[in-house]
This record gives sequence, C-alpha cells and structure tokens, in this order.
Amino acid sequence: MTATVNLDQVSKCYGKIEAVRDVTLALDRGETTALVGHNGAGKTTLLKLMLGLVRPSAGSIRVLGDNPAAGEFAARSKVGYLPENVSFNAALTGREILSFYARLKREPTTTALRLLDLVGLGSAATRRVGTYSKGMRQRLGLAQALIGEPQLLLLDEPTTGLDPALRLSFYEIVQALRDRGATVVLSSHALAELGERADRVVIMSRGAMVANGSIDELRHIARLPARIRLTASGETEGIQNWLGGSERWRQVNGHVIEIDAAPERKIELLRRATERGAPVEDVDVVPPTLDEIYAHFLRAQEGAR
Amino acid sequence: MRNVFIIAGKEIQECLRNRWVLSATLLLAALALTLTFLGSAPTGNVGVRPLDVVIVSLSSLSIFLLPLIALLISHDAIIGEIERGTMLLLLSYPVGRWQVLLGKFAGHLVIIAFAIVLGYGAAALVLAAMGVSIDSESWTAFGKMIGSSVLLGASFIALGYLVSSLVRARGTSAGIAIGIWLLLVLIYDMALLGLLVVDQGQLISTGVLNALLLFNPTDVYRMFNLASSANVSVFSGMAGLADTMSLNTGVLLIALAVWAIVPLALAALAFSRREL
Repeated sequence: MTATVNLDQVSKCYGKIEAVRDVTLALDRGETTALVGHNGAGKTTLLKLMLGLVRPSAGSIRVLGDNPAAGEFAARSKVGYLPENVSFNAALTGREILSFYARLKREPTTTALRLLDLVGLGSAATRRVGTYSKGMRQRLGLAQALIGEPQLLLLDEPTTGLDPALRLSFYEIVQALRDRGATVVLSSHALAELGERADRVVIMSRGAMVANGSIDELRHIARLPARIRLTASGETEGIQNWLGGSERWRQVNGHVIEIDAAPERKIELLRRATERGAPVEDVDVVPPTLDEIYAHFLRAQEGAR
Repeated sequence: MRNVFIIAGKEIQECLRNRWVLSATLLLAALALTLTFLGSAPTGNVGVRPLDVVIVSLSSLSIFLLPLIALLISHDAIIGEIERGTMLLLLSYPVGRWQVLLGKFAGHLVIIAFAIVLGYGAAALVLAAMGVSIDSESWTAFGKMIGSSVLLGASFIALGYLVSSLVRARGTSAGIAIGIWLLLVLIYDMALLGLLVVDQGQLISTGVLNALLLFNPTDVYRMFNLASSANVSVFSGMAGLADTMSLNTGVLLIALAVWAIVPLALAALAFSRREL
C-alpha cells in the first residue's frame, strides 16, 4: 500500500536557518499523526512543504501521488488544510466564503454549506466574517478544511480558540474522517493535548524529527521511570528500612513516599510491596505522563547537540 | 480556466462589497460630467464638435486618474493577501498560482472597465440627451478612447501586480506604486521635454522620440487618443505632432497591450517562485 504522504530526507533552509532538517516520514491511510514541537520547531514548515507552499532545499515529497514542489496541484482537491491563525476576507459572509472554496474544489455548494451547521455556525452564516470572534473564525476554518471529504487533512494547531465542548465535537469529526480512511495530521505544541488521540506521534525539535512512533513505542524507547507511591502502614521509617538503600525515593508526607522506578525494576518492587509482611498499606503506580515523555525527547535532542 | 472565473468572480464580489466599484464609477462619472459642462463653456457651441472636446479633456484626465485607480486596486493584490494570511489558504486549494493571478486580473479589469464605460459613457449620454448633434466619426473616436482607457488601466493593473508579487511588505508596495505613478505620469514627460529642449533636434530624431514615447504606456495612450483622429488632434494641439508621427494606431494599440501582457507575465513568474 502506498502511503498518502511520503517525505524523503527533506530539508528546508531559510537563509542560514534550517527550518526542517533531513526529515524522512511516511503517513498511511486511516492514520492520525500528532506533530508535536515547540514554536519554531518546524511543524508549520513541514505542513507547508506538503502543500507546495514552500519548496524543499533538499529531498523529495509525494502527496497523494503529486509532487507539490513542482507546482502540481491536482491532488490538493483531496487535501484539507487549516492554517495556524486562519484568516478570511472580512467583507464577505461565512456562507459566501464557504461556497467560494467549495467551487474551487468542485464540490456542490449545498453539501459544503451543511458543514457550517456541523461546526455550529449555521446561525451566523449570513453575517460578515469581520464580525466573527476568533473561535468562530477558527470554526469557519475547520469547515473549509472539511469540504469534499478530504483524504488528507492537515490541521495546524486546530483547537486554539475552541471552547471545550466544540473541541470535543471537533475530535469526533476528525475521528469519523479517519475511520473512513483519511490521513489526519494534527500539530500542537503540547503532546498531552493530542497524544492519546493519535496513532502516531512525531516530535520535532529545531527542525529535526527526534521521535516517530506510537505513544506506546515512545514510552518504551524513553524508558522513563514510573512513579510508585507507597503509603506506610505506620511511620515511613519502617518503609525506608524495608527498602534499604537500593532505590531512589523521596518523602511526600509523614505516611507516603515516592519511588522513581526504572521499567525493569517496577515489577520486582511491586511484588515486594505486596508481599505479606511488607509495611505498606497502599500502592499507586503513576506511569510517565505524555508531557514527561515529550520533555525527555527534547532533552535527548539537546544532549545530542 | 474555470478556476480563473471563480477567482475573478470573488474579486468582483469583494470590490462590490467594499464599495470599490461604486466609488471608482462615481469618481469617473463626476469628473467626466464636470469636464463635459466646463469643456463646452470656453468653446461655445458654434461650429465645434462637442464630443471631440470631451474626448480631449477626458483622455487628459485619464492619463492622471486611471493609472492611479489601477495601481490603488492592484498594488495590494498579492502582498496584501499574503500579509493578511488569506493567500496561504487559497493556495492550499487545487488552483495554480497563475490561475490566481489571472483571475484577479480579469476581476480587476472588469471593475475598471465597468467604471470607465459607465463613468465616461454618462458624459456622452448627457451630450446626446442635450440634443447636441454628434456624428459617427466622433462616436468612433469616443469608442476608441474608452477601449484604450481600459487597456491603459490593464497595463497599470499588471504593473501593480508585478510590484505586489516582488515586495516583502505592503508599505513597500504602496511606495513603489506611487513612485511608478509619478515617474510614468509626470516625470517621464517632463524629462523628455527637457531633453528635447536641450538637444535642439541635434541627436534625437523623430524615430528616437517615437521609440522613447513607446516606453511609457501613458504616452502611448496620449498619442493614440489625441493624435489618432484628425478632428480630435486639432483641438488637442497635437496636430503638429500627428503630422510627423510615423506610428500608426495599430502599433500604438499593440504597444499598449504589450505594456499589459509583459508585466503580467513577469508578475506570474515572480509569484510562482515566491514562498509563503
């Protein structure tokens, strides 16, 4: 099966700044990818490269069979894009703008206008976009990205400005498209926001791809310690003596201590803690959070430089 | 091709919405009507062909005003959309960049043509309604004037696009557009006149002068309108020039068209190479 998007050793320089450095990436049908990185990590440039808005300095790109760097644009009728800070001509109404974009994609205007109801703009359709709030503009941006059931959906920081209820319905819409075989790319500067919804996570740092895999794979590679929290049955000194000097721990309060347990030590520790006679009343295991994993990969990148 | 029409349609819709069409048409109509009434005052109505007087006044007015209107509408067309962020979204759609440029050009040209035909046409209609007799020769000259005015507008729209697709900021685009207007509308002719006075006919032959005039679209337009019809050139004081001019109207029209096509092609080239 050919991938929807294929990037092969793609680099992009703006003068001396390397916005994207040697990225090789393939995105498959029906796959949601979270593109995570700080501001200026190269996420937006990567999306623009896929759309042919900028040309790569090196490497090759294929999107739905097109080479966007050569100005081929036929496949873009099956691509939906929501730019960061989307903007529209303020003089036109939401309905006029959506029908304009639907015409460009050769989609019937009536089906496209139904998208306005989907994103909750039905009642504001005949108002000028100039009167819209930021959240409403973002919703209109989402509606235009969904025109014509795209096979590839590129969403740059899609949920900024959306209220929680709309954010939820937004993820439902994306999920439905994905189930129909669309490739979805969501960018964000926080992994926690997207991690659990994505089949794959790509972490970018200073233009380079520092991680690429499912969240479980990343968790495995990062080998971050899980936090085991033990509540003592008496004073914590009992636990401290019981532990011996083998583990790193810290005291949370008079009854609770916390241990950073490496993955291979975790099971052994839990076994010991649940043994008969151990001075432990309760055990909690907190796996490393997505933010910790994200931070780990960014640190690893810093260390490598 | 359909994309070009879609984009042209949206451009017209936007200009209608923000009153561009209305204000341009009203401005041209107001000035044309003023000139029509004022123009007939000094000459009186005896033995003079009123429409020809109007053609002389209007084409002199057009040389100043039409480039200004065209540059105002076009200097912002590319860089403005890039700065506002709307171009990013538009280019993520299945349209070629040349289609975007051509669509905008078609839309803006329709708007200018509409303003010219309505604004200047009003002047002619008022003359006709006042019972002034206008012969077919005058009507032909008037039609030529309207047609070449649209072409003049087209060439300055194309020049505006060229600037707009090269610069990095809107302010720069506006500054350069003003510079182009000053250069082509005012400075070029003055410099040429100064040159002729200094030269005293030593080096600059009629052929060189004709060539120099072709390098400025407003001069091409002026020669076409003021010297092309015998009746008009008498009123415009260009009769002397018309006699010695070796360029026929066909060449002038082609020159004006080249002034629209070449900047437009260059703008398309610059825009296609641009990254955003």
